[in-house]
Amino acid sequence: MNVKRETTAKPAVMDTLEISEHQATVGHCFSDNAKMTMRNVNVFYGEKQAIFDVNVDIAKNEVIAMIGPSGCGKSTFLRSLNRMNDTVEGCRVEGDVRMDGEDLYAPKLDVVELRARVGMVFQKPNPFPKTIYDNVAYGPKIHGLADTRVDLDEIVENSLRKASLWEEVKERLHQSGTGLSGGQQQRLCIARAIAVSPEVILMDEPCSALDPIATAKIEELIEELSENFTIAIVTHSMQQAARVSHRTAYFHLGRLIEVNPTEQVFTMPEHDLTEAYITGRFG
Amino acid sequence: MDKKKFENHYMKQFDEELEEIRTRLMEMGGKVEQQLQNAIRAVSEADSKLAEDVIREEQIVDDMELDIDEACILIIARRQPAASDLRLVMMVTKAVNDLERIGDEAKKIANHAIILAGETGTSEGYTEVRHLGQSVLKMLGHALDAFARFDVAAAMMTLEEDKQIDLDYKTALRELVTYMMEDPRSISRVINILWVVRSLERIGDHAKNLCEQIVFVVHGKDIRHR
Repeated sequence: MNVKRETTAKPAVMDTLEISEHQATVGHCFSDNAKMTMRNVNVFYGEKQAIFDVNVDIAKNEVIAMIGPSGCGKSTFLRSLNRMNDTVEGCRVEGDVRMDGEDLYAPKLDVVELRARVGMVFQKPNPFPKTIYDNVAYGPKIHGLADTRVDLDEIVENSLRKASLWEEVKERLHQSGTGLSGGQQQRLCIARAIAVSPEVILMDEPCSALDPIATAKIEELIEELSENFTIAIVTHSMQQAARVSHRTAYFHLGRLIEVNPTEQVFTMPEHDLTEAYITGRFG
Repeated sequence: MDKKKFENHYMKQFDEELEEIRTRLMEMGGKVEQQLQNAIRAVSEADSKLAEDVIREEQIVDDMELDIDEACILIIARRQPAASDLRLVMMVTKAVNDLERIGDEAKKIANHAIILAGETGTSEGYTEVRHLGQSVLKMLGHALDAFARFDVAAAMMTLEEDKQIDLDYKTALRELVTYMMEDPRSISRVINILWVVRSLERIGDHAKNLCEQIVFVVHGKDIRHR
């Protein structure tokens, strides 16, 4: 019978504050089909270290969810994937971050182009104070993705369709994007991110300002988008992580504690800290 | 894993709810154990009054099942338990089902006890009932003890007891068939005993299920049908 007694190798929940410096992440961190790879990544805000030695792959077309208590470093981790941290003063990223083998922190890398390839959706919907059409068309225009007006119309329509917003806004494309409901605004932001044909979409708590119905629409959308894009999502809702992601990564005090298939994380997490967090216990 | 594993939630009320279903499951286990004990005694001592008590009190066990199930559904709806909490709640809903079935079997035994008490005849078959009854009662007790402590080692040892019970059951069947062949007049009586023995064997299976569920709660490993 393949039943093992509980080993003592796992740190007890009470030892939370004494995570060793070199403790490795448990679970399945790496992929044979990696879109992005991070090796020995450390992130600092001035003197303060926010991320400690993270090693993980994000596979092509997977949805990976980052969970953890506030201040655990999950958003910092997300932002280091498209160098959004560059905009934060005093922020320093060490280690190796690659997409399809290309070093994202290479000095000659075009950061603007990178952010088109690795799009981002934020917590609060932030449409430009422009028309719905212009919100979506702006990116393709500045990146020169459309030669003619017809091309641009097509990109706008396709992006809005992929974001499941087209049917709701096709009659009022030239009204302001800020006049939409919160959920629609968030889907507009997703359409805007999709319009520049990104390879990876980063989502930083995309539903935390939305009601349950708008949230359900975004979650359904995430599922559909994963057919064409690789998605990394930070969420405070564990049920959301359980519903939308293929793998779940648990961060704690700047360390990546566990990465495992989502169904495992929510039924039988490998690490006691993960267990404590997802069951709502002191950890 | 001990019961501490189910404490320390940020929401104290959640601790209490989990503790509550655990305690109530143990109470139900105790009640079922007592029902079984009385049913076996009713057969071997031809005590129909005791058998009637068992039949009447089956209702208490049924009510306990409904109560605990409802509490589990409420926990799922309110708390969306995950990981070990989820496994505990799922385990409890399955365990109450097994316990209720054990209660049913005890009631069946009690029914046969009443019929047997009304019949005259020799005491053939009673040794088998007593022997198997004691083994099954012991196994159920061990299973409940293992659950109370979430003791996987004890659960695994208790699982093994079911093998012996199955063997004893087969031996008993052979003996009972022999009695019937030796004295066809005993057939109707021995058939009643045969049903009792059959119920005892089924109870062993339910106790085995309980043990498997303990392993599931503690390790998240499903060892059924292995």
